[in-house]
Amino acid sequence: MKKKTAMALAAAITMAFTAQVSTASAAKKTKACFVYIGPVGDFGWTYQHDQGRQAVEKAFGDEVETAYLESVPESSEAQRPIEGLARSGCNIIFTTSFNYMDPTNKAAKKFPDVKFEHATGFKREYPNVSNYSSKFYQGRYVQGQIAAKMSKTGVAGYIASFPIPEVVRGINSFILGAQSVNPDFKLKVVWVSTWFDPPKEADAAKALIDQGVDIVTQHTDSTAAMQVAAERGVLAFGQASDMIKFGPKTQLTAIIDDWAPYYISRVKAVMDGTWKQVNVWEGMAEGNVVMAPFTNMPDDVAKMATETVAKITSGELEPFTGPVMKQDGTVWLKAGERADIGTMLGMNFYVKGVDDKLPQ
Amino acid sequence: MTLFLEKRANYSRLFSALSPFLALGLTLVFGTIMFTVLGQNPAEALYIYFVLPLTDAYLIEQIVLKATPLILIAIGLSVCFRSGNWNIGAEGQYLIGGMIGSLIPVYFNDFQSPIVLPLMMVMGMLGGAMYAAVPAILKSRFGTNEILTSLMLVYVAQQFVDWLVRTPWRDPQGMGFPGTKRFNESAVLPDLLTNGEAHWGTVFAVVAAIGTWFMLSKTMKGFEVTVLGECPRAGRFAGFDAKKMTIFAFLFSGALAGLAGIAEVSGSVEKLDDNLSLGYGFTAIIVAFLGRLNPLGILAAGLILALSYIGGEEAQIVLQISNRATNVFQGLLLFFVLATDTLIHYRIRLEFGSSVKGAS
Repeated sequence: MKKKTAMALAAAITMAFTAQVSTASAAKKTKACFVYIGPVGDFGWTYQHDQGRQAVEKAFGDEVETAYLESVPESSEAQRPIEGLARSGCNIIFTTSFNYMDPTNKAAKKFPDVKFEHATGFKREYPNVSNYSSKFYQGRYVQGQIAAKMSKTGVAGYIASFPIPEVVRGINSFILGAQSVNPDFKLKVVWVSTWFDPPKEADAAKALIDQGVDIVTQHTDSTAAMQVAAERGVLAFGQASDMIKFGPKTQLTAIIDDWAPYYISRVKAVMDGTWKQVNVWEGMAEGNVVMAPFTNMPDDVAKMATETVAKITSGELEPFTGPVMKQDGTVWLKAGERADIGTMLGMNFYVKGVDDKLPQ
Repeated sequence: MTLFLEKRANYSRLFSALSPFLALGLTLVFGTIMFTVLGQNPAEALYIYFVLPLTDAYLIEQIVLKATPLILIAIGLSVCFRSGNWNIGAEGQYLIGGMIGSLIPVYFNDFQSPIVLPLMMVMGMLGGAMYAAVPAILKSRFGTNEILTSLMLVYVAQQFVDWLVRTPWRDPQGMGFPGTKRFNESAVLPDLLTNGEAHWGTVFAVVAAIGTWFMLSKTMKGFEVTVLGECPRAGRFAGFDAKKMTIFAFLFSGALAGLAGIAEVSGSVEKLDDNLSLGYGFTAIIVAFLGRLNPLGILAAGLILALSYIGGEEAQIVLQISNRATNVFQGLLLFFVLATDTLIHYRIRLEFGSSVKGAS
């Protein structure tokens, strides 16, 4: 019996090796490729990007082929995977995390015929590199308002990843939104130095709740914080994706990143031969930042949130409008003054009310 | 039926030669099963894993590049482990080496001279050696457990370097993002090939391998390392000083880890950033044992491990399998190699109940 199994196994292996190694090269398809920081199953940031990829497949059917690499580290180690995709015949490559910035530009130099799209960065050293991002901070402002209405302790907790401008901007926008409702509202911040690490994110949520916060929000990619908040009976905001499944009685709303329209339009541009370098930073008005349904809150709070979304969408309201003081009490924006785009993109200071020292 | 591991009186020459092939065979069998279960053509998958990377000049260079720090660190560790000193903190020594070596480009960026690079390399080695001296002195002076102290110092180094690149060393033009300024050209290790990635670190690794092999097998110092490692009592009778050996072994491995660190910083990343710590110091422990603590064996082992990394990435790109699957496959390979190596010194004895006791 054993002998037979062994022989069958040996035969199988021999067959396998003599089998022809397939070299897939179909007719001229456009190949769109994606590099992800986390697993596609993070149900947050990367999940949303992958939804965008699937939308591209759905939109163009047989005319496109897509590929992706997940859990690619943000370092010089990202160079090989990005170039690997370029070598494998990708026509357009979306690199979807901030620190892929230098490797993306380096790859763009080596592969001038491939189009590169780097999310959330600012370097476009070659004509075949574009930047795209969304004004997530607009959603943070709405969340801040909701938090101030819903919190009993007057303190919210914020799980932050890296002290880069995008994250600092979100924190500031959140507290400005909260202060527009309750001027004394406070915000505690925990830095976890990772985008995706569910146990660490969960620990941060626990630590914040132990310090008396009753609203948890995050700038990390997993659903761990939402699940901890649900266990501990406090409220939370979903991040990057609708996380209602992980906290049906916990999630107030979520900022949903909808990348599908952008991905479809950029892949289309490659197919039509009209692709040009761009630097896109869009928000609620363009449909890139979407709020999940306002749940687990009274109607008047939901109404307020809906109105704020409408005002931001129409441009009537800009979260970073004076009077705004910096954390140290000095004036940043005078009454009615709006922040200039340079300061917005390079934001490296807290506004008043954040109970934390910004790691500098 | 019970399985016993029984120590052989003498090590088996047969298994010493056979075990790598046995391991490869087992990996192929289980890899075939795994890829079949994943719905892939196992022949294609294994081809992409082990053969494809070797047919492409670019990928060969990537393998060499990936193997370089692993080999450098593992060679140092081989001396440490052979002498019975358990340095688990190479990751920290690697980081501190990279950090000390970066002092010149960080503080004297305008100092451009051919002497900069040699100085950086020497400083990197000194940095790594000094950092390794801490657990060595603690062990030889106070009898502390070097496994614990060296490991814990890794976390200290990680936090310290992280703080440096986020605070005092941060590029003022970097928009708040962690990392020093890009080094100027005189502080960047030149490429080995004209349009390549591989840098002079690879040459250091080869020189270190040959030099260390010579020291271990042809010199008195090497004899001392082996005797003190395998039979400390005999070493004492021979007049060898175990405490001095602890210091020597740690300084030696720390210096090589530090060299690996500064070579990586200067040759690959071209600046010091928050992503230097990728676990090479820990992976190198596997490489050291994979190469049976023999510097020349380590040269091969480092390349094989690098091949499995690069092959895994190719498999992800071409077959679109998840990185968890490629990690499992790499784990299979390492497990079988180390498991079959056990057969060099041990034999497996089967016992079927008590009646046939003694049969082997």
